[in-house]
Amino acid sequence: MDVHLFVPCYLDQVHPEVAMATVTVLRRAGCTVHYSDQQTCCGQPMANTGCADDAAVLARRHLDLFAGKTTVCPSGSCTSMVSHHYHDLGLRLSATDEKTMHRTFELSDFLVNVLGVTDLKARFPHKVSLHQSCHGLRELGLGVMSERRDPPKLGPAEVLLAQVEGLTLVMPERRDECCGFGGTFAVAEADLSARMGHDRCDQLSQGDAEYMTGNDQSCLMHLDGIRKRRGKGPKAIHLAEILACQ
Amino acid sequence: MTARVPQFHVDSEKFLADQERVGWHDGALWHLRYKRDLATQVVPDWEKLRDQAAAIKAHVLDHIPTLLSQFITNAEAAGWVVHLAPEADDLKRIVLDLLQKNGVTKAVKSKSMLTEECGLNHHLEANGVEVVDTDLGERIVQLRHEPPSHIVVPAIHLKRGEIGELFHEHLGTAKGEDDPIRLTRAARADLRKRFIGAQAGLTGVNFAVADSGAIVICTNEGNADLGTALQPLHIACMGVEKLIPTAADAGVFLRLLARSATGQPITTYSTHIRGPDPTRPGHQAHLVIVDAGRRRLFADDEHRRALSCIRCGACLNTCPVYRRASGHAYGTTVPGPIGAVLAPAMIGTAKAKELPFASTLCGSCTNVCPVKIDLHDQLLSWRRRLAREGHVPFSKRFAMKIGAQALSYPWLFSLGGKIARTFWGLARKGIPGPHAGWTKHRDLPPAPKQSFRGWWKSDGQNQGNPTNKDQDHG
Ligand code: SF4
Repeated sequence: MDVHLFVPCYLDQVHPEVAMATVTVLRRAGCTVHYSDQQTCCGQPMANTGCADDAAVLARRHLDLFAGKTTVCPSGSCTSMVSHHYHDLGLRLSATDEKTMHRTFELSDFLVNVLGVTDLKARFPHKVSLHQSCHGLRELGLGVMSERRDPPKLGPAEVLLAQVEGLTLVMPERRDECCGFGGTFAVAEADLSARMGHDRCDQLSQGDAEYMTGNDQSCLMHLDGIRKRRGKGPKAIHLAEILACQ
Repeated sequence: MTARVPQFHVDSEKFLADQERVGWHDGALWHLRYKRDLATQVVPDWEKLRDQAAAIKAHVLDHIPTLLSQFITNAEAAGWVVHLAPEADDLKRIVLDLLQKNGVTKAVKSKSMLTEECGLNHHLEANGVEVVDTDLGERIVQLRHEPPSHIVVPAIHLKRGEIGELFHEHLGTAKGEDDPIRLTRAARADLRKRFIGAQAGLTGVNFAVADSGAIVICTNEGNADLGTALQPLHIACMGVEKLIPTAADAGVFLRLLARSATGQPITTYSTHIRGPDPTRPGHQAHLVIVDAGRRRLFADDEHRRALSCIRCGACLNTCPVYRRASGHAYGTTVPGPIGAVLAPAMIGTAKAKELPFASTLCGSCTNVCPVKIDLHDQLLSWRRRLAREGHVPFSKRFAMKIGAQALSYPWLFSLGGKIARTFWGLARKGIPGPHAGWTKHRDLPPAPKQSFRGWWKSDGQNQGNPTNKDQDHG
């Protein structure tokens, strides 16, 4: 299948290794990967600050660039921005735009629910705890939400991790507590955000986890920054990087 | 809502300064959330019950005028004296008038967020009526001269020892006494005297049943029952959004309310009152129906759903921000996610401008809400309204504008990225700059040598996509 890579702006510049691992994983799953260097940012920071007009400019660019294509993104919140929140910006959306939004997938969701691939022949002999980032979980439905009483169905990240050779998955007691990142919240309410991050690091350390993983590098970057500052806790690693390991 | 301007950032920092208290506050509220989870697991079709409740509330919001006139007709037929209070001041005036006409100098009051919102206690006290809050948590905060920090558990921000000291000072318990049972007994003994001595009982209303004219009041302590059964005058105060069509609808909400709030199957007392008590000669029952800004919300299609709230507090308990900032940080009578959604409509966007940003938009509130208010989306839509009205700080708006401009040009974005990666090293060494909010508590990751787009150009695109043969597990 031809897939078009949507690389969130901060991944491109700060964590290219995650996007590189995404390419490896998609290729291993049999996909032909395309990438356009005309892409920049989906507009999420602006949208979450309430600046809808500024976000709309970037959303328009994004929709034109990816028009009608099957798009994969290694971030739940950026995916959700495109697939769910482009409706909020006062844009006039064409049928093609709606299709583009609809065909934008988060990586683990794409692998498991679109391609039907669960075993990526990965090997990662470590204890790993899973941080389910909020937007992927509660907006895209990528897992069991602890608040809701839906029929239990494992999320795609759990399905993929279960097949990784040597990996022991530990779920924290608070399965889906927010890490406190929250975009500009992380800076505007730095102390609150950090306190939430500390608590989440503690929870993700349960069961002697060596690594914490998830499908949103923004949350992981925040958690890892706190982990490094305090000098204890599991190291952050993006799900794509684990799946790329052999 | 109280008149003071919420200062979330400043006030949350105050609470955060006591790290131990934060941990303990978070744990206490999470325990309520945990009990709520257990209680909802044993209800078959919990999610359907939420759908049903949301549908009833949507119907109510669409039919307020009809339901209101139906309710008033039935309430008056049942013997209630009905008063309408368009504004908070009207509520205060009506209640004070009634009390003065009846020569009341001592009143007891069961929990009512509406009267908190309107500042009723203060007004009555200033006019010579002693009002005693009879909900234990509310009594505690009343003795401390502070507002409740939570709508269901008003004194959740306090430790046992602090309550012990307070009771030592006001109720004469032994110094250092912090045994919850003995403290509760002391409060009970004191409250008994107040119940008996009061000439009037004030209450809130949880549900007002349109087709019967009855009101439903839910408490765990029975204080609304004792605070209406012993006094010759009952004044119930309700927001106009408390209307529900039938008693059968009350059944839906009673199943949801206590489970969502504390994990109990139902509140200990769910009392239906239909006018004055015919067995008590001279007993008077008055009902004050209050608008106080609600019509502004009714008129706001984007946000009117917030009026469906049944004040269960579940969205506070689950909110990771509320649990670490505490209710007082919000500076409004109703704190937490629902408070931040109501405040811009009730006290105005200018005053409430910080509150919709006091959230990570994690969405847990939306998932626990028994009447399915889309709380985190409401917060986001208030942020857009605030930005439109110019209430988002210029620095933020400016940054977003510049960002959107720069990000419209891939070359500018790449260049910016290159510059940033060069300076990254300096930032990591703790050199001050705009990244300070990040580095105050967190290390920056090492700067990569190359961006992804750089790698794609040099290596990535050439490493080759799989041939058909590789697709055997595709
Ligand atoms: S908004 Fe929903 S969850 Fe929050 S207090 Fe109201 S009813 Fe409960």
